[in-house]
Amino acid sequence: MDHIDFQQLKSGEVNLGTSIMAVQFADGVVIGADSRTTTGSYIANRVTDKLTHVHDRVYCCRSGSAADTQAVADIVHYYLQLYSQSSGAPPPVHTAASLFQKLCYENKDALSAGIIVAGWDKEIGPSVYNIPLGGGLFRQPWAIGGSGSTYVYGYCDATYQEGWGRDETINFVKNTLALAMSRDGSSGGVIRMCVITEGGVERLFVPGNELPKFWQGTEVLSPVKGKAVPEPQVVPMTVE
Amino acid sequence: MASVFSAPGFDFSNQLRNNFIAEKGLPLPKATSTGTTIVGCLFEDGIVLGADTRATEGPIVADKNCEKIHYITESIRCCGAGTAADTEFTTALISSNMELHGLTSGRKPRVVTAMTMLKQMLFRYQGQIGAALVLGGVDATGPHLFTIHPHGSTDKLPYVTMGSGSLAAMAVFESGWQANMTRDAALQLVKDAIAAGIFNDLGSGSNIDACIITASHTEMLRNVEMPNVRVQKERQYGFRRGTTAWKSEDVRNLIVSEEITLLAGGDEMDTT
Repeated sequence: MDHIDFQQLKSGEVNLGTSIMAVQFADGVVIGADSRTTTGSYIANRVTDKLTHVHDRVYCCRSGSAADTQAVADIVHYYLQLYSQSSGAPPPVHTAASLFQKLCYENKDALSAGIIVAGWDKEIGPSVYNIPLGGGLFRQPWAIGGSGSTYVYGYCDATYQEGWGRDETINFVKNTLALAMSRDGSSGGVIRMCVITEGGVERLFVPGNELPKFWQGTEVLSPVKGKAVPEPQVVPMTVE
Repeated sequence: MASVFSAPGFDFSNQLRNNFIAEKGLPLPKATSTGTTIVGCLFEDGIVLGADTRATEGPIVADKNCEKIHYITESIRCCGAGTAADTEFTTALISSNMELHGLTSGRKPRVVTAMTMLKQMLFRYQGQIGAALVLGGVDATGPHLFTIHPHGSTDKLPYVTMGSGSLAAMAVFESGWQANMTRDAALQLVKDAIAAGIFNDLGSGSNIDACIITASHTEMLRNVEMPNVRVQKERQYGFRRGTTAWKSEDVRNLIVSEEITLLAGGDEMDTT
């Protein structure tokens, strides 16, 4: 082997085959995630919380290896506690995102972590930062991540508009995640969301049986109007 | 003459040697693995942990009645699956550090403290320590139940299973678990979950151990159920005395006696 494939998960490693998302709006950010954690084909946790607290108004969405992202989030959580104690003020979202980026970039050979950092600070208000696998740092008005995100880039590009309010943004996140979860086998379960504003953090929960429904495929299977569909000829098997 | 210079950094010559030997058909010996069913379950005033008692070495049952529920503190216990030696020593190390932590802080240490110590240690070793754990206990903040995977990821859930029998045990939990169960109902559910592992998973077997932890008391129920007791054989299969005929008998004396004669002066060593 002449090079190390760092994107390959170690055998038996717990994976967050995930759909995660963060969108900013005027007063804050909405972040969301599915709840599936897998080890191979087994669902190790069907109600996972991938929206992780790193400070009062800064959260992250985790995708990739569960062990790696938890370790990185724990370290950032520790540094932000030091920061707020020594400076006497809550950290800006950019500071948290830079810490994540530093850890993800400098240890890129050992980590498989795709993280979205989002939150609110008094300097620039709401912001969303995307830190993909190689350890880059990108500020975006909206970001999606995880294995399920590949299915919904087109939907997000076609749907997102600037100037949305809180409720429209929540609906956008909810619908996008529901679409991603329905196409991606590694995503599923329930939708967890957080609305982070100056005033506080509000947690939202959508149970697995109340996810928004889209095209179900029923009309294809039902008979065409005014045209008799012949009954399928089923010959019962003779049983001796 | 050999050089006194040694190159800095790691020496990988042993890995080269081991790969060469493995290529020739002599692979490294396998560690004893606890192909296991371990579970944990929250109930109205505490935690119930459960485990089977089989330890395996490949296809061989190495121990028919081993203990997989390890002591962390009086009110925190930890079930171990995976490499037997790794679960044994990681839990022992964390137990030791928790005792010291309790002594220096002057408080009863919390379950999250044990969980954080375990996950940070397992993450540092990048999965090389093959310990898959179910950690449960009651502290000042209430009852807590965690699973910890070998790479260092953790989950917090009201009912958990791990090991090769985790699928069978989880099927029992998913159909039978309810919020705020009574102590007896929770113990019965844990026993059913472990029994499902024992009977449906080849890696699990023998007896059921359980441990009930509440705020005031911890009860270790060693071999609470023994569904695989060896019964008395219905017939005698040994040969009757005198089955084999013989032609001659020869009894030999195997004791060698010798006499020591002193040649020179001096005291004979006292060998009594």
